[in-house]
Amino acid sequence: MEIDIPELALVVLVGPSGSGKSTFAREHFKATEVLSSDHCRGLVSDDETDQSATKDAFEVLHFIASKRLQAAKLTVVDATNVQPEARKPLVTLARQHHCIPVALVLDMPEKLCRERNAQRPDRGFGEHVIRNQCSQLHRSLRGLQREGFRHVHVFRSPEDLEGLVIRRVPLWSNRKHETGPFDIIGDVHGCLDEALDLIRALGYDVADQEGHHVIRHPQGRKLIFAGDLVDRGPNTPGVLRLVADAMADGSALCVAGNHDVKLVRALRGRDVKRTHGLAESLEQLASESEEFRRTAADFLDGLVSHYVLDGGRLVVAHAGLREEMHGRGSGAVRQFAMYGETTGETDDYGLPVRYNWAADYRGKATVVYGHTPVPEPEWLNNTICIDTGCVFGGKLTALRYPERELISVPARKIYYEPVRPLQPEVVPELTAQQQHDDLLDLEDVSGKRIIDTRLYPSITIREENAIAALEVMSRFAANPKWLIYLPPTMSPSETSQRPGLLEHPEQALDYYRKNGVETVVCEEKHMGSRAVIVICRNEAAAKHRFGIEGEGRGIIYTRTGRRFFSDAAFEHQVLERFASALDRADFWSRFDTTWFCFDCELMPWSVKAEELLRTQYAPTGAAADAAIAAASAVIKQAVARGIELTDLAASFHERADLTGRYIAAYRQYCWPVHGVADIKVAPFHLLASEGHAHVDKSHVWHMETLAELGRTDPGFLIATPMRVVEIDDGDATQDVFGWWERLTAGGGEGMVVKPIDFVARGKRGLLQPAIKSRGPEYLRIIYGPEYSRPEALEQLRERGLSTKRSMALREFALGVEGLERFVRNAPLRQVHECVFGVLAMESEPVDPRL
Amino acid sequence: MLLTITATMDRASDLGFLLHKHPDRVHRFDLSFGRATIFYPELDQARCTVCLLVEVDPVALVRKRSGPSGEGGQLAHYVNDRPYAVSSFFSVALAETFGTAMAGRSKDRPDLAGSIIPFEVSIPVLPSRGGEDLIRALFEPLGYAVDVRRLDLDQKFPEWGHSRYFDVKLAGRFPLQTLLEHLYVLIPVLDDEKHYWVGDDEVDKLIRRGGDWLPNHPARDQIARRYLKHRKSLTRLAIERLAGVDEDAAIENSAAVGKPMTREEDLEVGLSLNEQRLQRVVEAVQAVGAKSVVDLGCGEGKLLRELLKLRGLDRILGMEVSLRSLDAASGRLDLEQLSPSVRSRIELIHGSLMYRDRRLSGFDVATVIEVIEHLDVARLKSFERVLFECARPKSVVVTTPNVEYNVRFEGLPSGQFRHPDHRFEWSRGEFRRWGEVMASRFGYNVRFDAVGPVDSDLGAPTQMAVFVER
Repeated sequence: MEIDIPELALVVLVGPSGSGKSTFAREHFKATEVLSSDHCRGLVSDDETDQSATKDAFEVLHFIASKRLQAAKLTVVDATNVQPEARKPLVTLARQHHCIPVALVLDMPEKLCRERNAQRPDRGFGEHVIRNQCSQLHRSLRGLQREGFRHVHVFRSPEDLEGLVIRRVPLWSNRKHETGPFDIIGDVHGCLDEALDLIRALGYDVADQEGHHVIRHPQGRKLIFAGDLVDRGPNTPGVLRLVADAMADGSALCVAGNHDVKLVRALRGRDVKRTHGLAESLEQLASESEEFRRTAADFLDGLVSHYVLDGGRLVVAHAGLREEMHGRGSGAVRQFAMYGETTGETDDYGLPVRYNWAADYRGKATVVYGHTPVPEPEWLNNTICIDTGCVFGGKLTALRYPERELISVPARKIYYEPVRPLQPEVVPELTAQQQHDDLLDLEDVSGKRIIDTRLYPSITIREENAIAALEVMSRFAANPKWLIYLPPTMSPSETSQRPGLLEHPEQALDYYRKNGVETVVCEEKHMGSRAVIVICRNEAAAKHRFGIEGEGRGIIYTRTGRRFFSDAAFEHQVLERFASALDRADFWSRFDTTWFCFDCELMPWSVKAEELLRTQYAPTGAAADAAIAAASAVIKQAVARGIELTDLAASFHERADLTGRYIAAYRQYCWPVHGVADIKVAPFHLLASEGHAHVDKSHVWHMETLAELGRTDPGFLIATPMRVVEIDDGDATQDVFGWWERLTAGGGEGMVVKPIDFVARGKRGLLQPAIKSRGPEYLRIIYGPEYSRPEALEQLRERGLSTKRSMALREFALGVEGLERFVRNAPLRQVHECVFGVLAMESEPVDPRL
Repeated sequence: MLLTITATMDRASDLGFLLHKHPDRVHRFDLSFGRATIFYPELDQARCTVCLLVEVDPVALVRKRSGPSGEGGQLAHYVNDRPYAVSSFFSVALAETFGTAMAGRSKDRPDLAGSIIPFEVSIPVLPSRGGEDLIRALFEPLGYAVDVRRLDLDQKFPEWGHSRYFDVKLAGRFPLQTLLEHLYVLIPVLDDEKHYWVGDDEVDKLIRRGGDWLPNHPARDQIARRYLKHRKSLTRLAIERLAGVDEDAAIENSAAVGKPMTREEDLEVGLSLNEQRLQRVVEAVQAVGAKSVVDLGCGEGKLLRELLKLRGLDRILGMEVSLRSLDAASGRLDLEQLSPSVRSRIELIHGSLMYRDRRLSGFDVATVIEVIEHLDVARLKSFERVLFECARPKSVVVTTPNVEYNVRFEGLPSGQFRHPDHRFEWSRGEFRRWGEVMASRFGYNVRFDAVGPVDSDLGAPTQMAVFVER
């Protein structure tokens, strides 16, 4: 015997003790699919037969079943389930998860059950128990369908089970194997002419063959109608003919709309109100044959609630569908797919107020739907409504998938007066996505998260880091709409063993050589503060592209997302000066953009670091200077009276020198800022502009492009000195070492070495995007005035870089991902997720001096 | 990292006997955090100077994490002043190298141990959180002549201001033991920092080193507080033992003990404005007959504690973005110890006013007490929607400073806000306009109120708005 059950079902085994349920389950289902009440009893009480543990055992069973169904896993409940009250919660559970409840009944002879139990040592209960169970089962049999079981199969003897095959059948909605390409068409409502116009505009050939439409696309595309074929419009029968023909020969799919279903009811003689254009349909159909009406009703009745297509990446439903309903079957799913969700209120026109389920949608599948006429289709959270009110005189629209292109044809006339005007009274200035993005949801950032990025799959953000980031983001960060990128941390090179040095570019080059990189760029590292500049052509562009109003045309922010300048007027001046350089270099039209995002170093360091200088660097210098001078004086005094302190005197002489060098080191990066004229900006990455995240360009491109920009305002923009080095060219590398020594001898911070490509991969995956080699004098600011004394240096050389490097990679991948998401107009929360992720990683305890 | 002590008397070299350190030798000691060297730079009939030089190993400080190098703690950085300024490291070095002298003994010359000697002390780099005034307030009452010179932070950048380091010369007549005790206790008190964990035994140390001279010191409580790293319970214990007073008074005296007050609390303390504010908010919550309340930005839970006392309020939720404050709130409310019936009424959550949060929905009242002024004006919009549109409580109570009143605060320079983290402070007109816009945009009725003493021209220090859903 063969039976069919839906692939996603809650299978309830029904049968008395000894009827062979567990054996049956073992034979036909995977061990992990079967939840046995005996096993659960054992889990909670260590005794599978302990009846006092039954309640707790079933709670555990229901809980696991619920988790499995949520994850769309077929689940089998192995318990006697002979009483209706035992089955009821299971039916409820299945409905909650929009899965189909199936009953498989083992109605074995009572005698057999008794014998089997008698052979099992742990089933010492009396015969009356089996007898009771059998009679309960028999009383139940007729009511199973009514209880909600959509499939019931009864097996009455062991012979019935011999050779049994249980086939798992996909749901009607499951068309994952169809990958398109598709053209999804919105609500047609009897507008046959426009439907044909659109189908032809989409490139299909429509022919007539013996009274039937034959529709073909030269590239083999397929039509999908989003429901509501009928009512209101001039030619409902014609549309039905067209779509039925196309479906019959496999060139189209169609989901059911609420109007379609209501028409079926009317055609089948049910009492329905002839409102909302139903009267027109019935009138048109009245002149058709009885046969046509019956076929039409059958056709419409056979439409499924929704389709899941292209491996689960596309969902089409008339009124949209929440993620948890995708690919599921239940009355609630059908109801939702056809009517959507309403709040229960009515609007000024007496129409139900729709609950905007798309605003809460977070699913990965693209959902295309109709049902509610909109003036223009707009993406919101990867969903789009393409009902553009053709029958009301709007247009008929199709979405090309996967191209995501919209194609429409205008209505030839107003066929039906809308109750509610099609055009909203006030045209909103922000897109639906931007309006929605005005607020971020805590659930989009909190807790442990896993972010998939193009460069680095599955980056885990730990919960405690997310908590720390939430505080920083909420209290200190700028408007999240500006924050499309945070820069990654940068690892230093491996420790150098050269005398007196902790870092040297040799190790940075070694890293890239070892990983198969042939060409690197070496850039001077400016000693300022990291600054990200987002700048728009004007405030209108800021509003249009970033959804930001009243915050000027751009922002300069730090590597933790805080505004770089607390003085808004000053920030404005710096931005204006930067913008005028962009104007002069004609970058706006050259990049065909209204906005840019730059990665920069902003000088002097003291602008941002003054607090640090005042509370940490200068005090240490002042204390060191005074203390060492005082100590040297008393030592000298003691030596003068013949005390043997030569070693101490020499040591303090050296320490005085080191302290002086430390003070000189930090002073070099400080100068007073009285106005914009004292600010220098060194941009080193042109990160993104409209349509492009420029991470596919080489660093040479970035540097040359930015140098070009810099030439328009050399007093303000600094072109970063750079060399391109073939890594195996010995002379060139020696040359670079010499350059590094000259740079750092003057107190310069050092050098950054990058692979020539923005994104470089080695044998073991993504490579460090950059490695810094800092100069010995600069490192006094990091490791303290006297770090270069041999005994200190020896200790400092023991430092681990692996955590730092792993973080740098993940932060780099997140940063690039954020940019790329913004460039392709992803919802803010998806951009924010990446930025938030970088911030969260930064709360990870890593030696801040690396 | 160094200080010198000079005895100015006949047979000044006796100092060597007192210290158990021969004046013509160099004495070296290894310490857990570095090393100490003792030598005598000056010795004649009338003057004998001993130098204690302590070298702290800065790398080891970070690497060994020997100190409380918490986040942002000074010891977490290689660049810090500990190797150069005298601090608790120095007190430890004093006790280890001059232990016998500090115990008031002298093996070879027991007669000298108790004798009063004219001393000069020179400390070239003494950090003082409290400036010159505090140095004088600590040493002068003990009988020292004090000479103080403040060190520049950086001569090249005079705009950065002065440092907190002082070149200090002290002169006074004491037994050596007393002098060492003064230095031992007061150096870390001035620095207001300790490099080690402060526990119960620290109280014993304070009593041992200060029992003779501290009880009558006018700055006694402050010394105890700082010496014990502002730990309330320890401070209370120490003051009790030092003063020998009954417990209640000690508790009262130490009521103000705690971390240094923020400027805002300092300013407003005369009015006990905070209590008045809480009282008014509680009244407002009662007035609307709330059964549930969410306190947004609950801080350390002062309002929550009051709300818990209200009958009929069976659901209290406190939300705070700062984890540190949230921990403090949990402690202040003694959540772990509450009886189950009380515990079930209250919950604390970490969250943010910048993100929509469904946990905040369904409350009768939301209180937003002294919170909005901590939000950037540009981000108020998000907050407004989170509160009025998404959480949508039936009523909302908001308080915020009235900036007009600031001129009445004497300690507050004109143009400055009451708290460094305030992003704005509104006049009554500004607050009223904001409240009215909120009310009309989101469908609430609003009334405004004043909290604290009302000045006829300036209004009250705090302003309050109560919104009720229409």
